[in-house]
Order: sequence, then C-alpha cells, then structure tokens
Amino acid sequence: MEYTTVIGLEVHVQLLTKSKLFCGCENLFNPDNPNVQTCPVCLGLPGALPVMNREAFRLSLKTSLALNLQIAQSSKWDRKQYYYPDLPKAYQISQYDLPYSSEGCVEITVPSTGKTRRVGLFRAHLEEDAGKNIHDESGRGGDSQVDLNRCGTPLLEIVSKPDIRSAEEARVFLEELRLLLWYIEVSDCNMQEGSLRCDANVNLHVQHNGETVATPIVEIKNLNSFRGVEAALEYEIRQQAKKFEADPEGYRIGKVPKATHGWNADRGVTFEQRGKEEAADYRYFPDPDLCPVTVSDDEIAEIRATLCEFPASRRHRYVSKLGLSDDVAGVIIDQGRRYADYFEAVASECGDGKQAANWMTQDVQRELNERKVEITEFSIPAAVLGTLLKQIVAGEITVKSGREVFIVLLTEGDDGSELETSRVNEIIAEKGLKVEQDTGKIESIIDTVVTRNEKAAEDVRAGKLQAVGPLIGQVMRELKGADASAVRQMIIDRLTK
Amino acid sequence: MQLSGATASQLLEAMDSGEMTAADIVRAHLDAIASLDESVGTFLSVDAEAALTQAAEVDRKRAAGEPLGPLAGLPVAVKDNICTRGRATTCASRMLENFVPPYDAHIVERLNSADAVIIGKTNLDEFAMGSSTENSALKVTRNPWNVDCTPGGSSGGSAAAVAAALAPLAIGSDTGGSIRQPASFCGVVGMKPTYGRVSRYGLVAFASSLDQIGPFANDVAGAALLLERLAGHDARDSTSVDCPVPAYSQSVDQPLEGLRVGVVQEYLGEGTDDDVRSAIETAIAVYRSQGAEIVDISLPHTKYAVATYYLIACSEASSNLARYDGIHYGHRAEQFESLVDLYAASREEGFGDEVKRRIMLGVYALSEGYSDQYYVKALKVRRLIRNDFDAAFQNVDVIVGPTFPTPAFRIGELVDDPLQMYLSDICTIGANLAGIPGISIPCGISASGLPIGLQLLAGPFEEEKLLRAARMFERETDWHTRRPSLSQ
Ligand SMILES: [Zn+2]
Repeated sequence: MEYTTVIGLEVHVQLLTKSKLFCGCENLFNPDNPNVQTCPVCLGLPGALPVMNREAFRLSLKTSLALNLQIAQSSKWDRKQYYYPDLPKAYQISQYDLPYSSEGCVEITVPSTGKTRRVGLFRAHLEEDAGKNIHDESGRGGDSQVDLNRCGTPLLEIVSKPDIRSAEEARVFLEELRLLLWYIEVSDCNMQEGSLRCDANVNLHVQHNGETVATPIVEIKNLNSFRGVEAALEYEIRQQAKKFEADPEGYRIGKVPKATHGWNADRGVTFEQRGKEEAADYRYFPDPDLCPVTVSDDEIAEIRATLCEFPASRRHRYVSKLGLSDDVAGVIIDQGRRYADYFEAVASECGDGKQAANWMTQDVQRELNERKVEITEFSIPAAVLGTLLKQIVAGEITVKSGREVFIVLLTEGDDGSELETSRVNEIIAEKGLKVEQDTGKIESIIDTVVTRNEKAAEDVRAGKLQAVGPLIGQVMRELKGADASAVRQMIIDRLTK
Repeated sequence: MQLSGATASQLLEAMDSGEMTAADIVRAHLDAIASLDESVGTFLSVDAEAALTQAAEVDRKRAAGEPLGPLAGLPVAVKDNICTRGRATTCASRMLENFVPPYDAHIVERLNSADAVIIGKTNLDEFAMGSSTENSALKVTRNPWNVDCTPGGSSGGSAAAVAAALAPLAIGSDTGGSIRQPASFCGVVGMKPTYGRVSRYGLVAFASSLDQIGPFANDVAGAALLLERLAGHDARDSTSVDCPVPAYSQSVDQPLEGLRVGVVQEYLGEGTDDDVRSAIETAIAVYRSQGAEIVDISLPHTKYAVATYYLIACSEASSNLARYDGIHYGHRAEQFESLVDLYAASREEGFGDEVKRRIMLGVYALSEGYSDQYYVKALKVRRLIRNDFDAAFQNVDVIVGPTFPTPAFRIGELVDDPLQMYLSDICTIGANLAGIPGISIPCGISASGLPIGLQLLAGPFEEEKLLRAARMFERETDWHTRRPSLSQ
C-alpha cells in the first residue's frame, strides 16, 4: 500500500512572564499550593475586568519574529465560549479571526534522511490558559476540585500547516520549535510542567486504483513528550493504514466523522475520547472589555534587535567553523542557550573549538551533573576555563596538568572565590606545572636517570621499549611539567642512537 | 432645616457653617428610610451602623481640622450591581443573593476617598435588565409619585431613593437608558456619562460595550458634583479613557452663549404622550427665550436603534452572564445528576424570566450561521447610528427631546408585553450605542400627576456643556423643586 502521511501540529506554549495575561497575579507553576495565585479578575468574579499584559504580547511578537511569521498591525481579542469548571468566566479570551500573526515557517533537518525541510505555519495567537480540574482518583468518588493558579496565564498557540510527512518529522519539528523558543527565552518549554503541549492532526493520502484517497482525520490530544508525539503518530498511522486496507471504500474522509483520540503512553495505544462528535459552537465574538492591540514598526524593530542567533544556525556554525561533528554540535546546542554561550566563550578564548567541546561535554558536564546545577551557576567563569584551555592548546601545560588546575579552580570557585583569568597562571606556577621547554635541562635529567637505572637502560638499548616507562616516570617527577611523549622520544633517542 | 430632601450643595453648606453635622444628616436620611422605604422599596440593604460610623469619622476629621473629601458627609445610595467589599452585591438576582464581593468597585473607592457615606444598596431590574425594576427577584420598588406606578429602570431603586428624599445623591448604571429613564419617571436628575468617562471596574457587567456608571441627584449641581468625583481614568478598565476631568461643579452655573439646540424629529414620533410632547415644546421655548438657536435635525437610523441595541446588549449579556454557573460562587442547585445538569439547574433556578429571555436571544444572535445576520450586522448599524450623531453634532451643541415617550407606567402594565417595553427605549438607547453622554432633568408634571423628563445629549466628553445646558433650563424653572407628597 502506497501512501503519504499528512500531519499538522497545534502547539501550546506557556510564556515566561512575571504576571498573568490579564491580571497582576504571579505566573508560576505551583501545583502544591492551589488557588493562591488568584484575584477577582482571574477568578472571573462579577465586575472584574481584564487588562492586557504588554510583556506577554512582546514575548509573542518575539516568537513570531523567530518563526518568520507576519505580524498584523492591529489584532483583537475574542471570547471563546464554553462551560467547564476550570474556566470561571465560561469563556476564554483568545484570538479568533484576526490573530496577531500569520504565515510563517520552521526549518527542520530530519536525521533519518539528512534532508532539510520547511514546515509552514498558519498562525500564532495569544490566549489565556484555563485552570486545572483535579478529580479524586482514589475511586472513592470524592469531590472534584479546581485549581485556578494557572487560570489566565499567557499561552501561545502555534498552528502548523499539514506539511509534516512522518512521525519522526513531527518529533523533530517539535524539538526544533522547543529549542528555538527556549533559546529566545520566551518559554522554559518544560513539557513535564505542561509549558509545552501538543495536539496532532493526522491522516493518510493513499494511492488507490490510480487515484489519491484521503483517510479520515484523527486528532490526538494532549501529547506531552517528544517520544509520545512520535509514538502516538506512528501508532495512528499504522491503524489508519490497517483500517483503509480492511475497508478502502468506507474508511475515507467525509464518510467517517473526524475523531478525537487520546494517547496512552504506558500501553502505547491511542483511544477514542469520549465527547461530542458534532463540532462545538464557541460563539466567538470580539471581547468588548479589551481594546484592539496595535503594533508599530518601531516596536517590531526594537524586539527584533533583542533576538539572539537561532539554534539551527549555531549548530551549523559549530560544524562548519569550529570543526565539531554534527553529534557534538547537537549535544552542546541541546543544553540550551546559556550553555552554548559558555561554550562559545571558552572556544573563542582558547582558540580551539574541539578542545573546548571536549571539556564541555566531559569535565564541565560531569561537574554540573554532580552538583545538579545549570551552567549559569557553574563556579568557573568561561573566560577562566578558556584561559586554562589556551595553555593546553599552546602546549604550555599538559592535559593532565590542565585537569589538576581545573580541580583547583573548581574548589576555589565553589568556596566562593571570584575567579580571575590570572588565577590560571598563578596555579600553574604554584604547582610548577609549566612544561619544561629547556631541552638542555631535560637532557641532563635524562642522563641522571639513565645513570641511576642502568638495567632498564640496557633493556631499552636491547629494543625492549616497554622498559622506557619507569624512566619516563622518573624524569617527569623531576620535571613536574613536561610533555610525556616528548620526554619518551628523547629517552629513546638518547639510548638508541 | 429639612435635611432629608435638601440638595447636596445645601447639605455641604450646612456642614461647612457648622449648622449641621454629618451625623445629623446621615441620621435624618436613615430616619426617612426607616419611615418611608417600607412603602417605596428602594433599598435592598441599608447598613445604618456603618453609615453612622462613617459620618462620625467625617465629623471627627472636620473637628480636628483634617482635610475632607469633596463629598464629605453626603449620603449616597449605590445601585446593587456595583461591588462593595464585604457587603452583599446581589444584582437583585437569586443567583447572587448571597454574593459578597472581596473587593470594591473603582467608583466605591472614589466615593470612600471623597468621604461620602454609602447609605445603602438600591434595587434594580435583575442584572439591570429592564425598564421598570419589576424584574427584581428580591423586591418591588414603587414610584414615590404614585405607588401604583413603576419607578422606571433598571436603576429604579436609586432614582426612587432620590425622589423620595432618602438620599440626596445616588449611583446608577445606564446600558440603554437605565439612569435617564427612571430619573424621568421619578422627577430627578440622572446622567449617563460618555462611554469610558467612568471606570466600569466593579460594575457587574450586563452589556460591556454599553454599560456606563453615572450620578443621580435632586438638582443639576448635585449631578455635576458627583460626576466630578466618579469620572477619571482607571488602569483596571481598558475602556476607561485617560482625558482630564473638568471641574463640572465650578462651571455648571455658567450659561452657554450662542447655544445651538437640536430637536430630533424621530424622538417625537407616534406614541409620544400629549403631556410629554407639550412639556418638551415648552422646554424648547425656554431655551429659545434664552437666546439659543433651535435647529431641526434628523437621526435617520433611529428606526433601527431598538433592534440594534437588543442584539448587541443581549449578545454581550449572554456571554457576561455565562459565568454564573453554580461552580465558583452564586446559586448552586441542590439536585443535579451531572456537570451539565448542575449548570442547567443552577441557572434555571437562579435567573428570572427576563434574564433568561435576553440570554437566549444573545446566544441565538451569536450562534454559528446566525451571527453574521444578527450580531455582525448590528455592529455595522451601530456604526451608522454613531455617524448620525457625529453629523448632528457638527451643527448643534446639544440635542433635546423627551427621555421617554410617556410618564411612568403602572406596575404590571407592560409585564406581558416585553416588546412594547423595548420599543419605548427609542430615545435613550442611541446615546449608549453611540457612546455619548446624556442627562434627564425634570421638565413637567403630567395631568395624572407624574413627572416628565427632558433629555439632553451632547458629543463625546462634552459632559461640561451638557450640565451647563441642563442648568440653563433648571434655573428658569422650578420642576426640580417639586417633591412627591409621600416625602413631605
Ligand atoms: Zn489574577
């Protein structure tokens, strides 16, 4: 059976504002203290009125610029009306027919094919989030409760075009989107806390008896992990293919109503969601409590100036300019913007991207993991680490000595010292770790050591090169800082020539 | 001095001169409420203790020489759809009968900081939906001029309270004439400011794009004084306009030179009561005699105003009232099977017929497949109606006419004919659709002994002009000094 998979995603992103979208309440994930971040406005009390949080709107604009979306000079707020206990006004303030931005795209690179694809976006609009209903799951039939801490927090809805052609592409699109929004610091995109949520629409365009036939569209709701998105779509695609093969005349779009499914991650299956099949009428109309929002070119320019380099472009630069492999570049990028900034500062200070990447992905990462801290809390400043690596790159100290200095720096930094770049050379000097460059001095030490170890010297002369090890060790001990391989070569030269 | 029935300026003067204390004044009004309100039914709640405490505080401040607010010691009655912290705000509905807001409306803060004394909360048509206060689920309010008649509505309680001399000042809200029409029925001054002039924060919404809070008083100067305090920008209401508030109370006595008065033919059409018509003609003559130029004008889209108004008001109301679903606050049905059932039963029990009628109309007008034909079209006509007024105010300063085609009707007379009741809003709703200010002042007494109201309209933010024009009529006549026999 030959078919094309057609997927469109609807992504909800919580914005990182201090306060909620239409009131002054704190915007904070706080599930342990329900209903403490509330006021008459977000409780929907009689007489309370919304006032737009301009900061949320600015973050939305920033997002749209990053997603290549066109920004409308004027947009309005609409009420989307439905009854649910987590929605105290019985309407959600959203944007219906005049969203603040439309027509954009995201570029993705699909690992399995290595190809770059462009996924179109219909629109992005801003709306308020609902609260959370909490049901008694003990089975004892206790009362349901509502937590309105989240109610009224700013939520960005990004709607893709049906340009996605596989479950893998859907995952990659979502990963790229998450990385982008995280880099431009509009959202923490924490999927566990629900800062990034995704609904997927999927169907198949099947080649059947010389014509293209579409299967019914299935919407899978509330996917909250990257793996979940991919697995749920893979499952749904298989199901649709099976259903079509079983009933190619009946299982077609228009003949079967659009279905809404949930995803059971534990069992790896989608399931039909209970709910009305007829399209809900939300009775959208412009919210008379709010004025239309206008944006000036100056404001857009000002926000554009705050945008950083996007992760895709950085990844590309790490490979092409700094000589990293795709994998290593990806690993660094995936750690987030601050981590990548740190890496770049180290790389530029030491002049060697690969050396910097090695240290980041090994030594630095290990210490971060051990301390359970972010790069921004790491106690060695990037300039200091860069200075240290520069010494290694220049051959001034060995990598082994570098690790020794690193540990000292870390201890001092953890103890609260403000580390300066000059501290690197001080430690090298204190510990005498500088590689000895005076070959005359090295040769005289070798002479002394050879004289002391005639047996070993004899073995080396006889061609047993493994005997050189102890000699190197003794020379190194005398020298403190030296390049071991150079010393080894000098001993061999001295004994065999 | 007769304290109950005195004007705000007289009371302020009496306190300034030391003749009276705030406590005297508040006690006199509380006494009047105690003896008369049984028969009029204006107040849903009166907190005598709080009012007397507040009055005592004003007297203490005065004695100590501390600064006093511009309304110090004046009793003010507040319509019960305006939130008062810790004090029931019922909207005259079973739905909110036990609702106590945790916050004060903006205008309540403004009254408190002006040292006014909120003497009680007044009756209204449920959620301000109606023109007679008969739709109150909690109480019947009667017209102080004839207790068999309605006081008008929806701010009937506030208008009747001022007419019955239970308060010199009161607050109402006007969505489609709900201040001006009861002012006209009760023979008092009532004013709807420009949309955006007074913050709606804390006014329980009926139709958000039309609702506006405004003053009642027993003379124009009182309305000017109170509006001056209510008006001004409030960041908590996005539709509140940030433009300076003139000192209305200082300028109100200055007549306007070269006043151009527009007379709208459409407001004196069929169905206008003969007594009303002749009172309006006399009023026009009063302006002419003061040198005003009288200009006949037309507002051609007036015939669509009632339909437009009810589509927009009901659409917004259906959405604004959706929050009363029995979940978070307000009435919750005791018997229900499911969540949907809980919503339906709570709303069925909590709302009265008129509220349900308007919610259903609004839901219908906003429904998919119908909204273009009704709601969206109504918005377009609203624009045309606004254009009519814009064009008219190119040629005239104010528009005068009747506030309502008839004097007060009898209680029960129109209960079974809601359409007739809607159609009579023809003169008042234009101002709400266009967002312009309007005022109703007493201009006559009908043969049946009921007051008649003269409505004046002006362009956006022309409240100062409106008050001065109203005062020009008032100073030449004595209608505003007439009081119903009830309170004498
Ligand atoms: Zn809030």
